[in-house]
Formats: sequence, C-alpha cells, structure tokens
Amino acid sequence: MAKPAPLSEQTTVPATPAERTPGPVLRRVAGPVTWADERVGAAGLGKFFLRKIFPDHWSFLLGEIALYSFIILLITGVYLTIWFKPSMAEVEYEGSYQLLRGLAMSEAYESTLHISFDIRGGLLMRQMHHWSAMLFVASMFAHMLRVFFTGAFRKPRELNWVIGVALLALGTIEGFAGYSLPDDLLSGTGLRFVDGLIRSIPVIGTWAEFFVFGGEFPGTLIISRLYMVHILLIPGLLLALIAAHMALLVYHKHTQYPGPGRTDQNVVGYPLFPVYMAKAGGFFFIVFGVTTLMGAFMQINPLWTYGPYNPAQVTAGSQPDWYMGWVEGAIRIMPGWESHWGSTTWSWNVVVPGVGLMGLLFTLLGVYPWIEAWLTGDKREHHVLERPRTNPTRTAFGVAGITAYIMLMLGGGNDIIATQFRMSLNNISLVLRVAVFVAPVLAFLITKRICIALTRVDQERLLHGSESGIINRSPAGGYSEDHLPISQGEAFTLTSHNEYPVLESEEISPRQAKARRFFYGDNMSKPTRAELEAAAHHADGHDGDHELGDGDHHAVTGSRQPELTGGKD
Amino acid sequence: MSTTEREDRTGLVVRSDDDRYPVDNPGVEHEPPRYTDTDERAGNGAYRFVVTCFGLVPVFAIAFVVIYFAVPKNLFIDLGASHLMAQHVLLGLTLGMAILLVGVGAVQWARLLMSDEEMTEERHSAASSAETRAAAIDIVYQGLEESQLQRRKLIGRSLLGALGILVVPAVVTLADLGPWPTRSVRAQTIERTIWGPGVRLVNDITYKPIRAADLEIGQLVNAEPENLQELHGHEVLVEKAKAAIIVVRMDPNSIKIPESRSSWHVNGILCYSKICTHVGCPISLWEQQTHHLLCPCHQSTFDLGNSGVVVFGPAGRSLPQLPISTDEEGYLIATSDFPVPVGPSYFERDSRNDYEDGDN
Repeated sequence: MAKPAPLSEQTTVPATPAERTPGPVLRRVAGPVTWADERVGAAGLGKFFLRKIFPDHWSFLLGEIALYSFIILLITGVYLTIWFKPSMAEVEYEGSYQLLRGLAMSEAYESTLHISFDIRGGLLMRQMHHWSAMLFVASMFAHMLRVFFTGAFRKPRELNWVIGVALLALGTIEGFAGYSLPDDLLSGTGLRFVDGLIRSIPVIGTWAEFFVFGGEFPGTLIISRLYMVHILLIPGLLLALIAAHMALLVYHKHTQYPGPGRTDQNVVGYPLFPVYMAKAGGFFFIVFGVTTLMGAFMQINPLWTYGPYNPAQVTAGSQPDWYMGWVEGAIRIMPGWESHWGSTTWSWNVVVPGVGLMGLLFTLLGVYPWIEAWLTGDKREHHVLERPRTNPTRTAFGVAGITAYIMLMLGGGNDIIATQFRMSLNNISLVLRVAVFVAPVLAFLITKRICIALTRVDQERLLHGSESGIINRSPAGGYSEDHLPISQGEAFTLTSHNEYPVLESEEISPRQAKARRFFYGDNMSKPTRAELEAAAHHADGHDGDHELGDGDHHAVTGSRQPELTGGKD
Repeated sequence: MSTTEREDRTGLVVRSDDDRYPVDNPGVEHEPPRYTDTDERAGNGAYRFVVTCFGLVPVFAIAFVVIYFAVPKNLFIDLGASHLMAQHVLLGLTLGMAILLVGVGAVQWARLLMSDEEMTEERHSAASSAETRAAAIDIVYQGLEESQLQRRKLIGRSLLGALGILVVPAVVTLADLGPWPTRSVRAQTIERTIWGPGVRLVNDITYKPIRAADLEIGQLVNAEPENLQELHGHEVLVEKAKAAIIVVRMDPNSIKIPESRSSWHVNGILCYSKICTHVGCPISLWEQQTHHLLCPCHQSTFDLGNSGVVVFGPAGRSLPQLPISTDEEGYLIATSDFPVPVGPSYFERDSRNDYEDGDN
C-alpha cells in the first residue's frame, strides 16, 4: 500500500515531470489529482494499482461475470424497490392486466404486477433482475468449478476459497428470498415448502417455524421479513465478502496457467492500466448489455399467469429456480422415512435431504482444501494452476460431485421428465435413489482413468514429439511416421507442474501413506531431464522418425511411477 | 536449473524437488504481431470499428428515450407464435444495444489496438518475513506491557465477560419474533382447524354447500369449511392452509374402510385433508381408477381407497381423514375437527394416532 510521504515544507508537488507535455485533458485534471494526492496519496495508490499485472485466460472471466451480475443486481434491484411494496395486506387488483382485475391479492403481488404492466421499463427491470440472479449463481458455480479443477484453492488461497463458498451459499439464499417476494402462486408454494422444511428440524423446528413466520404459516410478516433479508442483510454480507474476496485476490496476485516464463515466483500478463481497464470494464458492459437483451427477449417468471398465492392451490410442474433444483430433487427421491418416538415425530424424509444435504455440500466444499492438503501432505504455496489431468484424483472427485449434483437435479425434474419422455415417474425416482450413490462412483473411476490416459499422451508428446502426419515406407515394407520435436515452450508447459513430495524421505504414518497412495499413487511422473535428453538423442539417431512397433512404446508405458513406501510398507 | 531445498522468507523449509523443471524455462514468448500492428489499413479499420461502437451508443440511448415517451404500453407486436409488448421489447433492445456497444468497443480497443506485450511481475510469498514477524510480536508484547493487562489481569477478564454478556440482551430481544409454540399455543394453532361438528363442506370456488346426492362415483371436489367466509384478512389464508379438503366419492365395495372409520363416510363419500403430510403442498392430482391422489410438488401418492396411506414418494404419514355426515337437508357436514393435526410433520407432533396400513 501507499506509504504517506514525509511531511515537508513544500506545499505543492509539481503534478507532471517537466520533460512531459501534458495534453488538454491531463492539464485539466492535474489540479484535482494534485488535490487528491495531497489528501489521500492518490499518486501512491496509482503507482501501486495502475500497472498491476493480471494474467489472461477465458476461464478467469467466469468470476468476473459473477461480480458484474452482482453489480447489475444492485442497480436493477434499486429500481424495483422504488415501486415494490413488501406487504401482505390484501387489496383488490385494479391495474391494467385484465385477467386478474377484481381479484383479491397481497400488495406485494399487486405492486409486482404494477411494475410489470404499468411502469414503463418495469418489466424489463424485473426480467433483467431475475436473469442476472440466475447468471450470478450460475457464474459463481462455474467459477468455483474452474478454481476447483485447476487447484487454485491451494495454499495460500484457502481462505479465499472459503469466502467463495460462503458467497455461493449466501447467493443461493438471496435468490430464494428474492423469488419468494412477489407472493404469486409459485413463490407462495416455495414458501410453503420452506415452512415444511423448517418445521422438520428436530427439537427446535416448530419454534424456528413460528419465529421465522411470526406465527402460523403464512401469517402477515414473512414477505416484509424476507424483503429486509433480501435487500439489506444478505446484500450487505455479500458486499463485505466480495470486498474481502477482491482484497485477497490483489494481495495474493492472480494465479496463472502453466506456460513459458510462468513460474510460482512471478505473474505474467497485462497491466490494469490500460489493458485490463478496457478489457474488464468493457466486459462489464458486455455482461450488462447481454443481460438487458435477455430481459427484453427472454421471458422469465411470468407471474401474472400464476395468479395470487392461495394455500389450497398449486400448479402441476411447479419448479424452483435452477439452483434449488438439486435440493428439490433430493426431497423428491428421498424415501418417506419418519420416526414416531413417544409423542415426538422425527421427519427424516424432509430434514435429511432439505437441511442436511445443503449443510453437507457447503461444509464439504468449505473444508476441501484441508482434506486435500492432508491427503497429499502438500504444504507448499502454489501460484501456477494445474491442468485437470495433472491431478486425476481431484478431478475425479470433482466430476463425481458434479454427477451426484446432476442426479439430484434430474430428481428435481422427475415429473417433467416423466411427462416429456412418457416414462414412469415412480421408476425414475426409484432409479435415481440408486443412481445418486452409484453414478458418482462410476464417474470417479472413469474420470481418473481418462486423466491418467491424458497424462500419458502428454508423456508421449514430450518423449517422442508430435506426429507430423508423414508416413514413410521402409524398403522392408514397414510403415513409420515422422515425429517432430515439440517446442521448448510446450515442453516446459507440460513439465512445469509440481509433483508431490517424494514419500520415502518423510516421516509419515501408515495411514498417511495409504491416503497418499490413494491420492497420487496412480499419477504419472513427468520424465526427468536425463530421460528427455535420452529420448531426444534417440530421435536424432533415427533421423527424426519413429518406427511403429519397434518397442519404443515401452518407454512410455513403463515410465516410472512415484515410489510410495511410507510407513511399514 | 536444478533447485534443492531452499529457505523462504519465513525461514520455513520449502521442498522443491529436483525434477520440478526438467525443461529449461524459455522465458515469456512474444506473441506474433497482430494484423492491426503490421497493416496500417487493418489498424485504421479497428480504429473505425471502436469509434463506430461508441458513436452508436448515443443513437440507441436517444432512441430509448423516444420509445419511452412515444410508444404506448398497449401496443403489441404480433409474431404469430409470440405476442410481444412493443414498448418493453423496444426499450430493452435499445438499452441493451447501447450498453453492449460500450463494452464491445472497449474490448476491441484493448484487443486490437493496445499494446499486447505481456509483462512479468515478481510475486512474493503470502507470509510476512521473519523480521516482520519478530517485530510484530515485539509490538504486541510492548503493548501488553503498556496496557498493564498482564499485571492487572482482572481488567481483561472482566472486559471479556462484559462484552460477552451483551450478546444475551441482543439475543433475548429476538424472543418476540413470533408467538412461542408451547403446548397450549400449538393446540390453538397448528393442531386445530376451523372444522367442527355441523360445519358444512362448501365448494372452494363458489362456496356453495355440497349435497351428497349430487356427487357421482369417481368425482372429486375441492372444498373448504363454510365458516371460512366469516374470516377476514390474513386469517383466511392461515385457516385455508390447514382446512382445505378434498371430497371424493368411490364405490364402497371397491375400497377398504376400517371398522373404526365406518361412520366417517357417507355412502362411499370420503373426505381427506388436501394438505400434504410431506411439506404441505395442496394435493390435487386424482386417479379415478386406482383411487390414488398424487402431490404435484414431490409426487407423494396416497391411496384414498385405503384411509389415505402412502403408496409412493417421500411422505411419511397417511393423509388425515375428516369424519363427515349429512344434515337434514342432505348437505355434507363435518362431525368433528380432524382427529390428528394436518399438514407436514413437526417435532412435537404426537403421531401415534395416525392411521397406518392395516389398522382397524
């Protein structure tokens, strides 16, 4: 950070060095900038921030989309608050949507209809708000997967990972609170579901229900309470956590993908000013513009077709917003287990999938960096990202998690699948009850094998070069393909990842040895310098070609595996 | 470049294996020059593109304002399958394009015209240096010394206690979030509905009483208690959320009616709570032939021909049945409230009296 300059007798510092001739704009801002520098040290801040280097990669844009969606949510949300009335007081609809006129409804629903039909641009704002909420959670998910699969959560970024998990959890709750506000039939059904969810919690459930709803469902308070949560409490927390997330990003400097010149001791990329100001600032406007066009052309939550909330009605095919789909699915495929012990009821069928599973997901995500650090014994700092294939077990964990998530998501749409594909609803649910456990295991095994196979392909490229596509026929009739050596840059990229500490030299318990064997026992070791040189020499000897079937493949398949001989073994 | 163990700034030993870099680092590769770097015309083209993007923004912004005031809200664009609100779509289109073009212009400016020379910045370990750590610890000790906290220990302890106790009033203030669901409160709220002896069953839309003779076998009617009309404001929703029922008529010979419930029906007309015992959705998908009732929310399926037991899905309990009879005029009436609480389970619910398959 900028250090305050020592106090001196001099009252003003010349704004620009003498040898530069500032243009008309710079001349005009020189005064204000000098003023700012004398009060907040603007020049020091500028020197620190303006040329900060950020690496370039498309996958780094995912987190940016989340950040920009949040800003769009704040902007469009402020517009909506100008007209929305968070009240459950009953009124008769007199607005311009003919089909609902004369119907009794809450002020919340009435004012939402008012925004949609009687405020110019109101429907646009509503749809932009809803779409950017979908994008916000979706891009956080995608960003999290990018961070997970590239190992960006490793030391020293574990805290930022935990902040990210908290942002995801809060974003989900924020979205739920938001789509519950209009008090239409769909959002009321969602609240009814939450009521059932809360009261299923053992021991304190009924108390929690009465405290949240201010008495019996639906009561008169829940909309105004959710409104406070939605526009003050959670956005405040999100804002604070995003600030911390960004501050840590600046402190740690951004991670980078492996490549020529990239090491754990540097960061290679473009400076904030001017490149990233234009790129990131421009990208904000692109996200904003696309969200606006989505709001214009893609209908979302047409709540005038649902009607006001009525606890005695529900629409078939009711679905929550996508990010709650997996919880919905878990609730649907859970067997109807309930225990009646004495005069008490333990509602496992609701509390386990509804409350327990969400807790489990976010807890597992939150502690994963420490689980992996324990499994691998890796205590080093990492700034160069891993490609998913270089860490087969982690990648397999991730894909297994995604698979379980998809199974639950399918459960959340079991009625839609049944009606669209003319399948038995009951059979879909029964199959998913098994698949939610079996499919992730299969996904784990398959993914791990694919990753290992891909690292073998890399080895092949390193040791034999790339295929030239030129086939030679020898006088004896054999065929062979020329191989061209790969560039030093590519060879460096393929070999610059960290390997896990060699185990034999360490004092580890048999349990740790077992954990490590599980985690990276199957990993391919990258070739040593000597092996690479030998391979290059071998290739030169053959004039760059490589005869098929001459046994060279053994050099790859027989490549050394890490020796795992901790503890008793 | 074979590195062995080296010490980082904290003095902790960092393992870096010898094989970390089997290939020498070639250093940052320079990107090949772009068309816009080498071809003056391409450069000018990019320049024109960026300026055109920015130049179109005011056009769209002004169009937005014109549409805002000029296009009436009841004008529709008919595209056959879709029926668009002209004002909404045109406002979104112009605003979206105006915002988007700022971004497209800026990004193309950065991609095509700004320097694309990658730069390298040194990175430092996240940890403080050993000296900084030592200095920070010294400062803490000095501060503790100056504060006399170590000599007069009770100051610190009493302060911690004082701050800790302040949480209590903050939490206690929340005790009025809602009424306390004690046994008597529960009995008056979630364990009771407005059904009672003699309350007529009425159609939930028209509020007309239902005559037993008008129901045919296989018919289902969504109904409410007649006294719901006497309530006002939010009480209507609160009571509706518990009292909603479905009335079905089945052939008495094709269904199982346990002995204990032989007086609860009127010639095969049975009445059940409409509120799912799972999480409280109103159930209404009725399969006439199987007598099954399916909840559209989570697909719990109840057999109304067998006292409402669960035949599929995540629900854990049978649907509560409402005992009914007829009055002198032949209208259906309840003979009491539901014998068990309706709706989803809660911890204090005594579920020993709920009907289970095979009970009599």
